[in-house]
Amino acid sequence: MNRITAGRRHPLARYAVLLLALGLLGGFYTLAAPTSERADAAIASGRADDVAEGKKLFEQSCSSCHGLNAEGTKNGPTLVGVGAAAVDFQVSSGRMPLANPGAQAPRKPTAPWVNEDTIRQLSAYIQSLGGGPTVPTDEQVDPAKGDKSKGGELFRANCIQCHNFVGAGGALTQGKYAPPLNEATPKQIYEAMITGPQAMPVFNDSIITPDQKRDMIAYIVGVREEPNPGGAGLGRIGPVTEGIVAWIVGISLLVLAAIWITAKKRQAHQ
Amino acid sequence: MSTGTVPKPIAGASGFLDDRLGAGNFLKRNLRKVFPDHWSFLLGEIALYSFIILLLTGTFLTFFFKPSMAHVVYDGSYEPLRDVTMSEAYASSLHISFDVRGGLLMRQMHHWAALLFVAGMMVHALRVFFTGAYRKPRELNWLIGVLLLTLALAEGLTGYSLPDDLLSGAGLRITEGVAISLPLVGTWITFFLFGGEYPGEDVISRFYSLHILLIPGILLALISAHMVLMWVQKHTQMPGKGRTNENVVGAPFYPAFMAKAGAYFMFTFGVIALLGTFAQINPIWLFGPYTPADISAGSQPDFYMGFLEGALRLMPSWEINFLGFTLPMSVLIPALVPMGIIMTGLALYPFLEQWVTGDRSEHHVADRPRNNPHRTSIGISAITFYGVLWLLGANDEISSVFHVSLNWTTYIGRGLIFLGPLVAYIVTYRICLGLQRSDAAVIGHGVESGVIKRLPHGEYIEVHVPAEASIEAHMRGKTAVPMIAGTDTDKDGIPPKGMRGPLGRLRAKMSKAYGGEKIPLDDGHGHGDEHDEHAQVGPGGDDRSLTH
Repeated sequence: MNRITAGRRHPLARYAVLLLALGLLGGFYTLAAPTSERADAAIASGRADDVAEGKKLFEQSCSSCHGLNAEGTKNGPTLVGVGAAAVDFQVSSGRMPLANPGAQAPRKPTAPWVNEDTIRQLSAYIQSLGGGPTVPTDEQVDPAKGDKSKGGELFRANCIQCHNFVGAGGALTQGKYAPPLNEATPKQIYEAMITGPQAMPVFNDSIITPDQKRDMIAYIVGVREEPNPGGAGLGRIGPVTEGIVAWIVGISLLVLAAIWITAKKRQAHQ
Repeated sequence: MSTGTVPKPIAGASGFLDDRLGAGNFLKRNLRKVFPDHWSFLLGEIALYSFIILLLTGTFLTFFFKPSMAHVVYDGSYEPLRDVTMSEAYASSLHISFDVRGGLLMRQMHHWAALLFVAGMMVHALRVFFTGAYRKPRELNWLIGVLLLTLALAEGLTGYSLPDDLLSGAGLRITEGVAISLPLVGTWITFFLFGGEYPGEDVISRFYSLHILLIPGILLALISAHMVLMWVQKHTQMPGKGRTNENVVGAPFYPAFMAKAGAYFMFTFGVIALLGTFAQINPIWLFGPYTPADISAGSQPDFYMGFLEGALRLMPSWEINFLGFTLPMSVLIPALVPMGIIMTGLALYPFLEQWVTGDRSEHHVADRPRNNPHRTSIGISAITFYGVLWLLGANDEISSVFHVSLNWTTYIGRGLIFLGPLVAYIVTYRICLGLQRSDAAVIGHGVESGVIKRLPHGEYIEVHVPAEASIEAHMRGKTAVPMIAGTDTDKDGIPPKGMRGPLGRLRAKMSKAYGGEKIPLDDGHGHGDEHDEHAQVGPGGDDRSLTH
C-alpha cells in the first residue's frame, strides 16, 4: 500500500499509466472490432454461413469482371464497401450479371441462378468485405405507410429532372439514361437512392431521411398505379406524343373526311 | 319562287326585313355563290371550326378558372396533391379537372382543338403555298394568314402557361430567358412582363387577359377579314375542263357547299370530342405545381413551339461579352432566327416571286405543285428546315425511346439543319420534273390500257389509249411559270434597263432559272390520233418518257 502510494509519485508513473491505458484500449479494440463487423453482416443478411455460400456464388458469376476478391478489374469496379443494398438492387433487377458492356446496364430478366436465397448469400459476402448500405426492411419501403403528398414534393425536387414527372424515364448524355420506374419494386427504389447505381447520385439518409424515402416510394408507386382519367395515357411523356396524335390521328381523320365529303361530285347538267 | 306558297306570318316578316335591309337581294346573290370542289380546299376549315370549338370550350373554362398566383393549400379530390401549397391558378385547374362536371372533357377538348387549330392552319397554308393560291390578287389575304399563324402561336403560348403546372412553368421560364436575353431592352421587358423578379405575381393574370381577350379578339377580326376577302375574291380552283381565270366551276353555296361545310364542322367537332374523350392531354395533376426550382425530364412545349425548342437544343453555347455586357447568342439566335426565317419568308414569298417572275397578272386557277418546281422545292426545303428543328425539339425522347446517344442526336441535327434543306430541294426538284415528264407522256402517248397486242412480226406491245377528258384537261391546265421578258443582252452585250447592276443581274438570272417551261407537255411526242402509231413504235423507240 505504502509502496504503491510512494510509486505514484515516481517520475515515470505517468508514462506507465498512459501505456497501460493505450494497451487496454488497443487490446479491447482488436478483440471487439472484427466481432462487431461480423455481427453487422450477420444482422444484415440473416445467417453467418451465408458469407461462405455467397463467396462461392461470387467466384462463379461475378469475379471475372469484379476480381476474385471483389477488388475490381479494368472491366468492373471494386465491390468492397458497396454494401448488401447495392448487390440486392443490381442482381434482383437483372442488371447484374451484365450481358454485355455498354453505356449502361439495362434492366432485364434475372439470371437462372438468381433467387431470394442466392441474392441474400451474395449480399452477405459483399457486406462482409467492407460494410456499406444494407438492404432496407419491409417496413421501411411499405408504400402504405408513406405520405404521397410529401413524397410527391420530394420526388419533384429530386428525381424528375432525370426520371420524368411520372417516372417514365429520360435520356442522359452519351447513351446513358434514367430508366423508367414502372417496374422497380419499392425495395429497389429505396436501394437505388442509398447506393446510387450507374449514373444516379446517392441520396443518403442525411439528405433524404428514411421516412422521406418511404414517402417518395408511396408517391411513385401510387402515381404509376393511378388510372388515366383523361383516356389513353399516351406514354405519359407529355406533349411529344400529344403532337404525334394530333397530326396522325386528328389531321389524318379530318383529311380523310375532307376527301370523303368532296368525293361526291355534283352531276353536271350538260 | 312565288310568294303565294309562303305562309303569311313568314312572308310578312321577311317582306318587312327585305324592305328595310335589302336582305333578299343580298341572300339571293350570296347564297348562289359558287365554290369549287377539291378536298384540299377544306383544310382551312379545320382551323376555322377548331377556333369555334376553342371559343365555346374556352368560355366554359373561364367560368371556373382563377387567374391568380396567390398561394393556396390544395384540398380538392386529387389525393396525391392534397395539402400541397400551390397557386390558385393551378388549384382551380385541378378543380376543373376533377371536381367540375365535364370539366376534364372540356379542358381536354380545348387543348386538342388548340393543337388542331394550329395544325389545320399549317396544312391550309401549305396547300395555299404549293398551289400558288397566294398570287395576285390574294397577297393581302396571305399576309393575314401569316399574321393569324403568328398570333396562334402567341395564343398557344399564353394558353398553356395559364394552369401554372410544372410543365407550363418550364415554358414560361424559357419565355423569360428569351425576353431577358434581348439586347438593351431585355431586363426592362422582363420586369414589365412579370411585374418584377421572375416569376413574380402578375404573369398569370396578364397572360389570362391576353389569352381570353386581346389575342382572340384580334384572331376573330382577322379570321373574319380572311373569310370576307376569300368570299369577295372568290376561291381559286384547280385546273380542269372549262375552268379559266374568269370563271369558277363548282357547287353553289346553298345548298351544296353549305351542307358540305356543315358536315365538315360536325366531323371536326367529332374528331376533337373523340380525342378529348379517349386521349389524355396535358395531365397537369401529374406534373405538379410550378416551382422555379423544379424541372422534369422530357419537358417539351406543345408541337407548334417544338421548332423553337429544337433550335435552342441545337445551338452551341456561344456568347459575346463586351464592355461588361453579355449577349447570349445561344438564346438569341435560336429564339429569333428560325422564327424570323419562317415567318418573314412566308410573308415575303408572294412579293419575292412577283419580283423574280415579273408577273403582275391575276391568277384564279391554282398551280399543280409539280408545274412550278422551284416553288415546290423551296417549300419542301422550308418544311425540312422546320421539320429538323421540330424533331430535335424532342431529341431526349428520341434518344430514350430508340436508345441512341443524346449527344449524337444533337451533332447530327446540327449537320442536318444545313444539309437537309439542300438535299430536299434537289430531290424535290427532280421529282417535280419527273412528274411533269409523266404528264407529258400521258398527253403524248395516252395511258396503258391493259390490252396486250401481238404484232405480225411477233413483238408484244401494250396498247395506249388517250387519257380521260377530265384528266387531260387537268393536265393541260398547266401554264409556263412567267419570267421577265427580254432579260437577254442586246447585240452589243448590254443588258436591258433594270437588269443592270448586281441586283438586276441577279434578278435576271433568277427569273430565267425560276420561270419558263421545264418539260413542255407536247414535246414532240405527237398527239391526237397518233396514239396507236406511237404505241407500236414505243417499246423499241428512243423515247425515254415512256419508261417513266
